[in-house]
Amino acid sequence: MSQARAVETIVGAFMALGFAALFFLVMQVSNLSTNVISSNSYQLQARFENVGSLKTRAPVNMAGVRIGRVESIKLDKATFEAVVTMRINQEHMTIPEDTFASILTAGLLGEQYIGLDPGGSDEYLKDGDSISHTQSALILEQMIGKFLFNQVGGSSSESKSSESKSSESKDESQSRTKDNISTK
Amino acid sequence: MLHEQLANLGASGIKIIERLGRASILFWSIWGGLPSLLIRPRLLIRQIHKVGVLSIIIVTVSGIFVGMVLGLQGYYVLSKFSATQTLGIMIAASLIRELGPVVTALLFAGRAGSALTAEIGLMKATEQLAGLEMMAVDPIRRILTPRFFAGCISMPLLAAIFNTVGILGGHFVGVDLLGVDAGAFWSQMQSAIELGHDIGNSIIKSLVFGVVCTWIALFEGYDTLPTSEGVSHATTRTVVHSALAVLGLDFVLTALMFKG
Repeated sequence: MSQARAVETIVGAFMALGFAALFFLVMQVSNLSTNVISSNSYQLQARFENVGSLKTRAPVNMAGVRIGRVESIKLDKATFEAVVTMRINQEHMTIPEDTFASILTAGLLGEQYIGLDPGGSDEYLKDGDSISHTQSALILEQMIGKFLFNQVGGSSSESKSSESKSSESKDESQSRTKDNISTK
Repeated sequence: MLHEQLANLGASGIKIIERLGRASILFWSIWGGLPSLLIRPRLLIRQIHKVGVLSIIIVTVSGIFVGMVLGLQGYYVLSKFSATQTLGIMIAASLIRELGPVVTALLFAGRAGSALTAEIGLMKATEQLAGLEMMAVDPIRRILTPRFFAGCISMPLLAAIFNTVGILGGHFVGVDLLGVDAGAFWSQMQSAIELGHDIGNSIIKSLVFGVVCTWIALFEGYDTLPTSEGVSHATTRTVVHSALAVLGLDFVLTALMFKG
């Protein structure tokens, strides 16, 4: 009888171990824990024109130190801005009111996070406050587009100036050929 | 000559279908023993001990090593893209979605399935099953049903243990040895692994594999030729058929679950 009891105890331990493993997977590995709100933290909001590929649970850093994480990202239907709700640890209560929030990328292909640059104000942000100074995520395609646009704009203005200079000294036909070359 | 070969082909085809039919009948008769099993759960507990508890060590040890290898290999590839923070996703996703259920099922077939087949085959060879029938005890309900449900219960739990231990092993190699940031490891993992889609499907997979492996093991044992050679053949077939069934079913289940 005692041996049967021992077997039952071991089986009980096995099943407890199995359920503990499942519990670990559910709580620690899956995204369920994102819904659990830790008690010793407070919320801040920030509005961005574009959050890029920022995701919930992304870190919120100040001076490179992680002080919180992104809780939710929603779209404001009226202004078409992204409203990012962040959860900051309670110990970092002293974030100045004029803090600057920007979306940065860790490395070239890394995950995106929110970087906070502290301002100089003596007033601190409280639970539920909104950060007014924000900078959107840099979208690579937009940057390349702007860069190309600037290149084209710069070169055309150069050719114009060269044309005006050349027209002073040389005759028109020469300047026209030059213009053709530069536009090519 | 041709006639002979045709006849052989037909005979083997009929044999396979016969075996499938007998296996299906056995499957449903095993379910018939469920009510009497609920009255006497002791039988089930003893079988869970044999099938599940005694498999913990092999599952845990393989889980640790599979996780550590995933950590090493994943780090090697991901460091080429300087994306080592995503190591957590890679380890957790590949373990939970594929490796956890599949490797656990293969180990389960080798460790528990072969033992079940040998045990029941020997019971048949030594005419213990016939003896039970003489005493008006249904051997399927008394012997097979507890073992079947013990396998079905143990397999998901073993797979969960495998996943957990594997992730911890990957964490050990990735974070403690290779220096991946622990916060990124966990947070990226948590943002990528979905509760229902990944973990839920993992449990479904391991449950299906548990049913299939135990079923094959029980059928091979119950259907064996009552000789020592027959038992040895049956044990071999259990491991081979279980492995093939698990790998084939894994493809089907993955195609159904994660086609997106």
